[in-house]
Amino acid sequence: MRREAKSRRLGPFHAPDPVQTEPDTARQAGAGDRGGMEEKSRWHRFRRSEAFAGLTLISPTALYALLLLVAPLATILVYSFLTDGDTVTRIVWEFTFENYITTWTQPIYRAVMMRSLSVSMMVTAVTVILAFPVAYYVSFHVAPGRKALWLFLITIPFWTSYLIRVFLWKVILGYNGVINSGLTSLGLIDEPLTFILYNVNSIVLTLAHAYAPFAILPIFVALEKIDRSLLEAGQDLGESRLMTFWRVTLPLAMPGVVAAVLIVLIPTIGDYVTPQLIGGGKIPMIANLIQSQMLDQDNRPLGSALAVSAMLIVTVVALAFVLLNARFLRVKK
Amino acid sequence: MKGQGLRLYAILYLVFLYAPIALLPIFAFNDATIISFPLRGFTTEWFAALADLPTLHLALKNSLIIAVSSSVLATSLGIFAARASTRYEFPGKGGLMGLIMLPLVLPEVIVAMSLLMVLLGIGVNLAIWTVILGHTLICTPFAIAILSAAFQSLDKSLEEAAYDLGESKLSTFRLITLPLVMPGIISSLLISFTISLDEFIIAFFLAGSEPTLPVYIYSQLRFPKQIPAIMALGTILVALSVLLLTIAEYFRRRGLKKTGAKDTGGFL
Repeated sequence: MRREAKSRRLGPFHAPDPVQTEPDTARQAGAGDRGGMEEKSRWHRFRRSEAFAGLTLISPTALYALLLLVAPLATILVYSFLTDGDTVTRIVWEFTFENYITTWTQPIYRAVMMRSLSVSMMVTAVTVILAFPVAYYVSFHVAPGRKALWLFLITIPFWTSYLIRVFLWKVILGYNGVINSGLTSLGLIDEPLTFILYNVNSIVLTLAHAYAPFAILPIFVALEKIDRSLLEAGQDLGESRLMTFWRVTLPLAMPGVVAAVLIVLIPTIGDYVTPQLIGGGKIPMIANLIQSQMLDQDNRPLGSALAVSAMLIVTVVALAFVLLNARFLRVKK
Repeated sequence: MKGQGLRLYAILYLVFLYAPIALLPIFAFNDATIISFPLRGFTTEWFAALADLPTLHLALKNSLIIAVSSSVLATSLGIFAARASTRYEFPGKGGLMGLIMLPLVLPEVIVAMSLLMVLLGIGVNLAIWTVILGHTLICTPFAIAILSAAFQSLDKSLEEAAYDLGESKLSTFRLITLPLVMPGIISSLLISFTISLDEFIIAFFLAGSEPTLPVYIYSQLRFPKQIPAIMALGTILVALSVLLLTIAEYFRRRGLKKTGAKDTGGFL
């Protein structure tokens, strides 16, 4: 019985088994009930297997994600191909590409998408470049016992209310804000500076501040993994410290840098609060546009098409970046 | 030398990180209705003003209900997934785990909007529990990240010893596994609680007419008169977050010590 099961599992093209020498007719005659028993025993074996235990254990969490994440995402994907009805919240079940054509050809939507992309790229560049030396310092120059403290200090601001931190930047940069009133009372300026709030630069500054810890942690983890003897070897072989950093440390740290870039880039494209508060609502990014189409304009199909397009852009940019760095990522064992 | 320069840079970086937050207490205790220098003197008036804002109290109550419920739900779901992924090999593991961890990298607006579309589509009335659904979804990946570390450092032979000594699967989990990962569970509860308490986007779109604390703060930002009170409220919230995180960090380290694992630092 057991051998029979094995030969069936291996398939008809496998080397003949001794069992197969018995007449074919006999096999076929017993195939019906034997197949049934086999199904049963296979199910039995599966139930006692590690795979079954693992799948059962993870099923509540997986089911939750399927119902509350995958189903909603699928819904907006379907919506994005439908037509907006005349009445409130009405959607007509008519297949169309119209929403995507509007999204990708109307100058206003294109402009907002380009702005979202360029803002998030600037934020990512600023954040990662500013973060790298800090991660390097903590990994290479801080005593092992004090590393946890440094990481704790770096992560604390991240856990304080995002909304309040964004709002604080508005307070700092505002017309009567901290910088302007500070400079005025010091007698350095006569009139408040107006160019520091409500523009793209202030959005970039605020977001770079908000996402700083996200960039430091993955780079730090990658730096920690580097075998220090490689650096000594580099210097023993006559490389300068700078060249050792350039040719040994940096390539080995790249997986962390790539992770940092992705972790900052993806959520910043979809940021809603900062353009609303720091941009004064006059410099919308893609999230603000999605929200206004879905709720204020009540055009859910177009809003869905914008959301799907945003996810598409994020995915393409992220993949392109990972592919560009594939050389470094392969180094990791 | 080189280390000194980097050290200076790192300290300046920390100043940059903390500077905005440092303004909160400064202006929360400042005796002036507008947020600007020079400072006018010390007052606790703004903290006292928080006591008679009924909407704020409602928002606080809602936020606490949401944060407690979502942290318990997310940690429970996290225990299942963390245990499954650290202990068992099964087909589709990478895909399923990727799916569960997806909210970590998905823009929150898209999570909130797609969930909102489904809820409106099936005609659900938005209320506190719809926010709990959303917050559980985004807290679960964080819970899993913390709990996986706790389950990973668990020595498998301890459980096997319990089986050999005649304990059942359930009693082993209760007597051996649970106490060992308990610090991880507490840490996960605290982190999820903090995330839910601070979360704005999902609460903003899914709460309907029920205010939560961040939604209330957002609505008050339009009124310049309310700003000093908001600074006072922010001071309290930040102090609370730091306190919760310090406790969470304490339990995380204690857990690592208990199971004899090396400290890798940080929550992420």
